[in-house]
Amino acid sequence: MVEPALSSSDTPTAVRLRGVTKVYDNGTVALGPLDLDIRKGEFVSLLGSSGCGKSTALRLIAGLIAPSAGTLDVAAQSSGHAIGFVFQEPTLMPWSTIRENVRLPLKLAHMPDAQSSARVNEVLAQVGLTEFAGAYPRELSGGMKMRASLARALVTEPDILLMDEPFAALDEITRFRLNNDLLALWRELGKTVIFVTHSVFESVYLSQRVVVMTSRPGRVSAECRIVSAEPRDDAFRTSMAYAGYCRDVSQALIAASDEMANAAKARA
Amino acid sequence: MKGLEPLPAVDRGSVVPGSDMQWQRIVWPVVVFVAGIVLWDLVVRIGEIPPYLLPGPVLVFQTLIADWSVLSESLGVTLLTALEGFIAAAVGGIALALLFNQSKWLEYSLLPYAIVLQVTPVIAIAPLMLIYLPQQTAVVVCAWIVAFFPVLANTTLGLNSVDRNLAGLFQLYRASRWQALRYLKLPAALPFILGGLRIAGGLSLIGAVAAEIAAGAAGAGSGLAYRISESSYRLNIPRMFAALLLLSVAGIVIYMLLALVSHGLLRRWHESALRKEK
Repeated sequence: MVEPALSSSDTPTAVRLRGVTKVYDNGTVALGPLDLDIRKGEFVSLLGSSGCGKSTALRLIAGLIAPSAGTLDVAAQSSGHAIGFVFQEPTLMPWSTIRENVRLPLKLAHMPDAQSSARVNEVLAQVGLTEFAGAYPRELSGGMKMRASLARALVTEPDILLMDEPFAALDEITRFRLNNDLLALWRELGKTVIFVTHSVFESVYLSQRVVVMTSRPGRVSAECRIVSAEPRDDAFRTSMAYAGYCRDVSQALIAASDEMANAAKARA
Repeated sequence: MKGLEPLPAVDRGSVVPGSDMQWQRIVWPVVVFVAGIVLWDLVVRIGEIPPYLLPGPVLVFQTLIADWSVLSESLGVTLLTALEGFIAAAVGGIALALLFNQSKWLEYSLLPYAIVLQVTPVIAIAPLMLIYLPQQTAVVVCAWIVAFFPVLANTTLGLNSVDRNLAGLFQLYRASRWQALRYLKLPAALPFILGGLRIAGGLSLIGAVAAEIAAGAAGAGSGLAYRISESSYRLNIPRMFAALLLLSVAGIVIYMLLALVSHGLLRRWHESALRKEK
């Protein structure tokens, strides 16, 4: 089992953003300037209100869109399929079985089915979906679809896992369960995880570091390091330490919101 | 690797036929059909309407049996024309939509002319086609003109309706154009393509009949439309009705066959083909 790397100055940087901004074609300034370092093996949450540019930051890191200005270094990108992406919706192909959905990234990399099957089976077992490999997405619950989406993101053994509010649409119990499952996978696989959420509680429970972003255009307003005994479990969720972190992060979020409101007033 | 605990087996929802609805979908059209026939027969009998104005359903059926050799031969000709037009429309419409999807300038250049073909009545184009092309070819071209646009429009819509996140996923994994087309765009567009083909099936028959009427040719290769015109000139109204009946049945069969193909291809995953679950 790989122990999760703690963020420290001697851990290599997985993602580095310097002065990154994104202006969309319609003139909307969605992001920036954003400066952010994420270290290898770190679990970082980007927290902010809706529309603050969290998802834009994630899409920039994934290379799905290009920055308007600034520099963006993603160490994993040089090694091919090294980024896994989990969207807010499961984003599965409804015409394919769960097995074929999970196999997709390997198929796109021209890996023959005979060769990819072992890896697909392995990752399906990791997310507990072996029994449902032959099912179609419509036959699964919301939580199981998200597990399939996670399996697809992990099948290429990416160095970096980008997750865009993956559990936002799920009920609380399923979300808690998937939070625990995600943490177990992270501890086991040692991936760098960048997790976008607007939930203070989820960000504190999952992350080693919570990056609080301002309203649009999103910038880093504050960073909170979450230190707790590992592995985190439901005992941590009900602990005083957890409540304290949630309070601190909530205050940082409110301050970020006030900061932007004051700036807008000053401009007016 | 240890992995997570496997999920407990869950009931995936047993798919049961919506028996009541299925039953009603068959019974009600049959009831309306029988009621219509009875009403038609009553109107003819009570009103003592002569057969050269409105033949009764029994006479139409008798004529269908008596003239079956002539009518069935003509039906074969019309169906073959419609089939050729349909295949040309399916292949041409899908191929052109794929080209449009790969090249915007091609779409901008050619789409207006496709629309011109669609909005110009085929009955107005048919005489020109009959001047420039051999008769059978002209009739097939007319069937193609009528049937081709729904396939083109639906396929184009389907190819442009791909889930944005799925497209992003293919981009993330550096899928080639061919891979994106094969694994994403074509499967995503399949329900739209099949919808277009269902419309095109009926339209190709309409196009074939319209062109046959315009051609107005007699002889061994005459289609059902010619039989209708001929019966009209000779005031053989029962045969006219019999030919019309055959055309209607042919249209229904074409639609049902295409619906069956559509259901077979979509039944595992697409909402339009899924039975309601209890």
